[in-house]
Amino acid sequence: MASTNGISSNGSSNNGGSSNGSSNNGGSSNGIGSSLRLKLGLAEMLKGGVIMDVMDVDQAMIAEKAGAIAVMALERVPAMIRAQGGVARMSHPGMIKAIQKAVSIPVMAKARIGHFAEAQVLEYLAVDFIDESEVLTPADELHHIDKHAFKTPFVCGAKDLGEALRRIAEGAAMIRTKGEPGTGDVVHAVRHMRQSVSEMKALTVLSDQELYAAAKNLRAPFELVAGVARTGKLPVPNFSAGGIATPADAALMMQLGAETVFVGSGIFMKEGNIRLDVRLHDAESAALFGAKIGEPVCPEERAEAESRAKAIVDAAKDFTDPAVIARASEDCLGAMKGLAVGGIAEADMMQNRGW
Amino acid sequence: MPAPVLTLGVLALQGAFEAHAAMLRELGAEVVLVRRPAQLAELDGLVIPGGESTTFLKHLERDGFFDILQSFAQTTPTFGTCAGAILLAKDVLNPAQRSLGVMDIAIERNFYGRQNDSAILTEATSLPGGPLEMVYIRAPRIAHTGTEVTTLARRGDDPALVQQGHLLAATFHPELGHDTRGHQHFLDMVRTANTRA
Repeated sequence: MASTNGISSNGSSNNGGSSNGSSNNGGSSNGIGSSLRLKLGLAEMLKGGVIMDVMDVDQAMIAEKAGAIAVMALERVPAMIRAQGGVARMSHPGMIKAIQKAVSIPVMAKARIGHFAEAQVLEYLAVDFIDESEVLTPADELHHIDKHAFKTPFVCGAKDLGEALRRIAEGAAMIRTKGEPGTGDVVHAVRHMRQSVSEMKALTVLSDQELYAAAKNLRAPFELVAGVARTGKLPVPNFSAGGIATPADAALMMQLGAETVFVGSGIFMKEGNIRLDVRLHDAESAALFGAKIGEPVCPEERAEAESRAKAIVDAAKDFTDPAVIARASEDCLGAMKGLAVGGIAEADMMQNRGW
Repeated sequence: MPAPVLTLGVLALQGAFEAHAAMLRELGAEVVLVRRPAQLAELDGLVIPGGESTTFLKHLERDGFFDILQSFAQTTPTFGTCAGAILLAKDVLNPAQRSLGVMDIAIERNFYGRQNDSAILTEATSLPGGPLEMVYIRAPRIAHTGTEVTTLARRGDDPALVQQGHLLAATFHPELGHDTRGHQHFLDMVRTANTRA
């Protein structure tokens, strides 16, 4: 984290209304406030792995056991939101707390774009990262959350470099591609990653004079643009999400430059709206079905989810090794059916939310 | 005569290995990112970085990596930070989990809370050069140290940087700070071990 990365630690604007305000930006020794250093510190720890969407404690424990570096607690994965429609909001606090209690790895949760009150709740619940996410229904058509105003770090989605830098200017400590969530079709995650990477490369050959125009065209702060021009990379970790469903998808995104992948509907969904049954018998259901407590309710479906989770973790670690990807793909018992992005109407695309 | 260049490995299964590698390079070491057990053979020393210890353990299950790493750490200088320190410890609590068990310390995971409780503290150290800046991310606590273990820095009353012979463990992240003394101390340990060998 060089002092020249152009990140401002400004947390002075308080229109996000967080009670935490900007008081924790002290201790700066290199132009970055200690609050931002801690946020980037956790993001650094999350590099080189898989973050999995989970909808309950059973799924969270499968994710942790498979080697996920963090879980995203949400009530409906994008594939279900897509199938069911309705307004998608922050998850129920009780569900988030149960997952926090069940696993030792970091727990993330989503807030709607611009919904700083949901973010305040998530900060109060002490989630480890807040995803200001286009997967949920946006709450503000103009403003994203002022993320400097929070102590909890934020991750935000981006389709291109300008969008990534606007989110970083607002205080995001991690960027991920948006892709097209809930589809199991990786094509737009690829598009977004290639777009950002090529825009970053292009900046590195520009003169100082040209960078001012580049900043204007990218609609991003000059300091951040100049920082990318110097280093060729974002000043925060660059992850990928949106349609990653198989070990080879994970390997593809990592080879294209993602430092970690988010896997949403790819692990626990069967098709459309239907999830794999990964439940274990509790006392009541064990008695009812004549099974033992702790036995899987549906062993085949649980095994399938476990195999997918483990295979993606293996692939994300050895993403350049075809032997490992082949073995991981072979170990995978099936994949989500998915939905080709080409057949989705522009208006139904989640990636167009946020600006 | 200039000192010979040391070859240091950084375990690169997951986590903050790049930050460690950058700091070691800055201090003049040759760095190898270790992803396979066979890579351990040519190293003068190894850093096990921060990240998720549960994920590390999962990856170490393959190809006999766990056992090879355990033998390596029994004889060769190894520096574990945060999750890496958890891996070196004899006992792991909250929850109990498997570890290499080479260092006589007991360590409690996530003791100081979740990310909101992460902190940057400056505290006294017996390393030369005055107080040490320590970056704590979802940090563990060293709950117990054996008689062979020396404490080099503390967080309040708890040991935060500890040494046992050729092993060094930190509950904080020296790779995220600008103070290179933790890494420098480790390189000195590696050099000492090399001279003896």
